[in-house]
Amino acid sequence: MNGNALNLVNQTLVLPGALPLDGGQSLPRVEVAYETIGTLNADKSNVILLFHALTMDQHVVSTHPRTGKPGWWSKSVGPGKVIDTDRYYVICANVLGGCMGSTGPASLADDGKPWGMRFPVITIRDMVRAQVALLDAMGIAQLHAVIGGSMGGMQALSFAANWPQRTRAVLVIASTARHSAQNIAFHEVGRQAIMADPKWQDGDYPAGKGPDDGLAVARMAAHITYLSEAGLTEKFGRRLQDRVEKTFGFDADFQVESYLRHQGLSFTDRFDANSYLYITRAMDYFDLAEEHGGKLAEAFAGAKARFCLISFDTDWLYPTTESRIIAHALNAAGAPVSFVELSAPFGHDSFLLDVPAQDRVIAGFLNQ
Amino acid sequence: MNALRPDLAIIAANVAPGSRVLDIGCGDGALMAALRDDSGVDARGMELDPHGVAQCVARGLSVMQGDADTDLADYPDAAFDYAVLSQTLQTTKRPDLVMDELMRVGRKAFVSFPNFAHWKVRASLLWNGRMPVTRLLPIAWYETPNIHHVTVRDFRELVADKGYRVEGQWFLSGDKLANPALAAWRAEHAVFLLSR
Repeated sequence: MNGNALNLVNQTLVLPGALPLDGGQSLPRVEVAYETIGTLNADKSNVILLFHALTMDQHVVSTHPRTGKPGWWSKSVGPGKVIDTDRYYVICANVLGGCMGSTGPASLADDGKPWGMRFPVITIRDMVRAQVALLDAMGIAQLHAVIGGSMGGMQALSFAANWPQRTRAVLVIASTARHSAQNIAFHEVGRQAIMADPKWQDGDYPAGKGPDDGLAVARMAAHITYLSEAGLTEKFGRRLQDRVEKTFGFDADFQVESYLRHQGLSFTDRFDANSYLYITRAMDYFDLAEEHGGKLAEAFAGAKARFCLISFDTDWLYPTTESRIIAHALNAAGAPVSFVELSAPFGHDSFLLDVPAQDRVIAGFLNQ
Repeated sequence: MNALRPDLAIIAANVAPGSRVLDIGCGDGALMAALRDDSGVDARGMELDPHGVAQCVARGLSVMQGDADTDLADYPDAAFDYAVLSQTLQTTKRPDLVMDELMRVGRKAFVSFPNFAHWKVRASLLWNGRMPVTRLLPIAWYETPNIHHVTVRDFRELVADKGYRVEGQWFLSGDKLANPALAAWRAEHAVFLLSR
């Protein structure tokens, strides 16, 4: 796929060696599907690595091949935009465990059958390790910046903690240094919904015949956590869906029900249920302090980069307190760090939506 | 540096080069940028207004969004050579507690504030019986962020009560330095340098 002004390229790289994993195993012939936007300069110093969130993928600006919709951050990435691809060469890779071209549970194992639940449990650091291997293969020694929101922010933090010399700046949006009990609880609801669907078959479902009902419920539950109560109330209130009265039945009487059902159903067209299990597990296992002797400041002991953290006042999934914890740890480690809580009505999803204050902070931070 | 507000220019001129500074209520980061660029200072900031934080970030400064009343507790003891509180003391809920925190996180502290005993303020109260609206206190009483007005004499008393040492003091009338002997009446603005 090629855009003109965008200089947009989508391709897949097979990593040259086996990828070691935190769980102790290693994965051979790992494929990493990635999108690049912009032009790499001669000394390879203008690279921004963008980490995507749980249910997104490498299609940052390109039209999504399954949904036909614009890329998930096409609002902010492009020529003359907040992340200006006239200046920067932006790379975004589908995470390890994903289902849009990078190796995941739907990929074929050595026996020619999909990995399914034989796929090893992976971590956020494993995802980052695969992307560092991609940078190695591309001959990129140091990045201008890493950027990530939500799970992407976890990857950005993991990158900064484990490969501190490889980026000059780290931008983390609406994220956390560890998954809370509440975060894990919501994910467990989603996983149980998938595994309770008879079509799941212990993960051995044929391609295209997966546990769509379970995956849809998982998506519905998760989607609620991405929005604020005020946002839901404003968007739907108690309004009824295409009817004037309640039906005294269990149809989607309310607009909010109809909306969630649509979100759940359309998600199954583009996402693999096993991938959802593995990626949510990786997020639940994420605890950056635990990886570094229990002290978050220790995780950043070698940090040389500039850091910027953004949270949103209506985000109850990864609330401001989580970003503050990270900022304090960075301060304690002596790293240059800025932190700002922005006001936006859209809950956790604010980072993907139109928040001009966020644009100002991102552009200001990147363009120094 | 010429563009700096006069009280900030005094602070900038009296910070030791190469030191570590925390600017509390740093606004758009003008002081921090001047300290960094002219004196090689490692400056960090705290600012309540997200717009101010964004301006600081765009200047390449390290700023935490936070509230002087509550968020200084997150910094370790003596983490900075100087803590700076410019034009902010009178906006805090508990200026005395903020002063304690200031002197805890900084070895020394600069504090600047508008003097509520300036003769124009006194005159407004005396002759008009009204809360003054002046150049430095431009907002009506019901919507002003300045909730704890303070005079030079009040401040000296608080400093003495707490046992802090005054290492320097500057008084401004307009943009010019005023005679310290007449500061109680003539200073619109006071800047103090304190140590423990």
